[in-house]
Amino acid sequence: MRYQVDEKGFYGDFGGAYIPEMLYPNVDELRQNYIEISESEEFQKEFQSLLKEYVGRPTPLYFAERLSEKYNTKIYLKREDLCHTGAHKVNNTIGQILMAKRLGKNRIIAETGAGQHGVATATVCALMGIECIVYMGELDIKRQAPNVARMKMLGAEVRSAQSGSKTLKDATNEAIRDWINNPVDTHYIIGSVVGPHPYPDMVARFQSVISAETKQQLLEKEGRDYPDHVIACVGGGSNAAGLYYHYLDDLRVNIIAVEAAGKGIDSGESAATSALGKEGIIHGSKTLLMQTPDGQITEPYSISAGLDYPGVGPMHAHLYRSQRAEFISIPDQEAMDWGLTLSQMEGIIPAIETAHAFASLDVRKFSPDEIIVFNCSGRGDKDLDTYIDYFKL
Amino acid sequence: MNRIDQVFQGNKKLLSIYFSAGHPNLEDTLPILRALQSSGVDMVEIGLPFSDPLADGPTIQKSSTKALKNGMTTEKLFQQLENVRDEITIPMVLMGYFNPMMQFGIERFCQNCKAIGIDGLIIPDLPVDIYHERYKNLFEQHGLYNMFLITPQTPEVRIRYIDEVSNGFIYMVSSASVTGAKNTFGDPQINYFNRIGEMQLKTPQVVGFGISNAATYQAATKHSRGAIIGSAFIKFLEKEGIDNIPKFVSSIR
Repeated sequence: MRYQVDEKGFYGDFGGAYIPEMLYPNVDELRQNYIEISESEEFQKEFQSLLKEYVGRPTPLYFAERLSEKYNTKIYLKREDLCHTGAHKVNNTIGQILMAKRLGKNRIIAETGAGQHGVATATVCALMGIECIVYMGELDIKRQAPNVARMKMLGAEVRSAQSGSKTLKDATNEAIRDWINNPVDTHYIIGSVVGPHPYPDMVARFQSVISAETKQQLLEKEGRDYPDHVIACVGGGSNAAGLYYHYLDDLRVNIIAVEAAGKGIDSGESAATSALGKEGIIHGSKTLLMQTPDGQITEPYSISAGLDYPGVGPMHAHLYRSQRAEFISIPDQEAMDWGLTLSQMEGIIPAIETAHAFASLDVRKFSPDEIIVFNCSGRGDKDLDTYIDYFKL
Repeated sequence: MNRIDQVFQGNKKLLSIYFSAGHPNLEDTLPILRALQSSGVDMVEIGLPFSDPLADGPTIQKSSTKALKNGMTTEKLFQQLENVRDEITIPMVLMGYFNPMMQFGIERFCQNCKAIGIDGLIIPDLPVDIYHERYKNLFEQHGLYNMFLITPQTPEVRIRYIDEVSNGFIYMVSSASVTGAKNTFGDPQINYFNRIGEMQLKTPQVVGFGISNAATYQAATKHSRGAIIGSAFIKFLEKEGIDNIPKFVSSIR
């Protein structure tokens, strides 16, 4: 069994490029060039330099002493929340803007749900002086006003997606339609390991810096370069893909994926795609997705805007089906409680997405000699309004 | 012989009309088909609504959403079409996205199409390569043609490949865009129609996307075997109703 993408763009049964012919030239141009470009010495030099000087990498691998003591095991946090713009998202947007420049593109489009990927895209476009248009669902624009303001300050145009349910999946549809209408000069920066091949693989490669650093840091701290468990939250799955990447084929490492159960898996308001999804096609990729029996894509729910995507990246669908990864789902309430727990035990206010991953500590037992690495994927500044409302702070 | 091949015999320029099944009203499918046939339309494309039609512009997005709200499903459409061949003799093509077909079951979907007398399918998000490798045999066993799209950006070598594996017709997308009506075609479109015309493909070409009136129909069919109208027809239908369909058709040709 292999867990990386194959030459046709599939992870086992999942992935591929189920795209309209109108997108073929764009996607094919990327497919034919992304490996050669991203592995070139010249690209790597610029990419690594920006990750270090601009993003602030390497991020620390922090040993969480109080948490480890409480749960009687060894817990490390990969501090992606310390990246510029507040989350791992920027690793990918830096990689893709450099890719776009080398493909001769002078216009960038992106989709965003909560606005984190939109901000990360607007940031790198400002850095490079490239036009940036971010599609965002009309409902999300209302719910995420501070991130809309950030994007505008950074010089991006935020376009409201009015179709369908007016959220992330519709913003993605609108971005794809824009790309169909602008096939020559535009690059579409997808924010997660979703979409048609080569996007899931390309985004995973740019995020793989997370596990590359983890290996080196663990070797220094523990004398071995692998942990017993890697744990990350999964919406589309980009932070998880980054943490898992260099451990996918290392069977000594147990992979744990944490999804958002929302108000409970059986409540009808959930985003636990592995439990509730069926095989199908969303945004050009064959994967697991939440849908009606008639094949209409349904609207997921989670208190965390970054996890309520009705699909999941094809890599993760394959990890689930092949049982390479354990999937756990965490309801809103437990995730919110962990937002407080991590704040008060380690002095780190996590994004609500990230808090879901930590809540697995209450569900799953670990032994004292085991080493666990959590992806602390984002900080909680963007969620303050939600925390304030929820805890009446 | 497949009805699509029959209709392409001879030199007549063809008019094909697309509509979203279940729109404006759930039970409009058969009345619309009857009106189109009696108005002299040569072929119809029946749109299977989808929640996320990413190749479509605002008009078809809206008609799809409305159709779904009205209660249209794949199952329901097949029920409506059960005895359609008692009265409709022109070629009928189902156009829809791949996910609802997958959930229905591809084989079962093909069986239903065959039983009804559907002649072909247009599935925008099922690329020719995957079709060729995984589904071609199944479709052919059920006598179903599968039509592919080309665009002004499609490279020549890929057009040749599509021509080779195609039957029925090639759906020539008029410009780099999602679906939607336009008033005129400019030089880039005309040059593209000419360029494809000069390639001497074995499969006849029909132009779609952006055809809305007599002028665009004329321009498109000057360089191809026919044209498909979708968004402009849907807008007309919303405003003028089924009874006025003959008026729409006669305004085109």
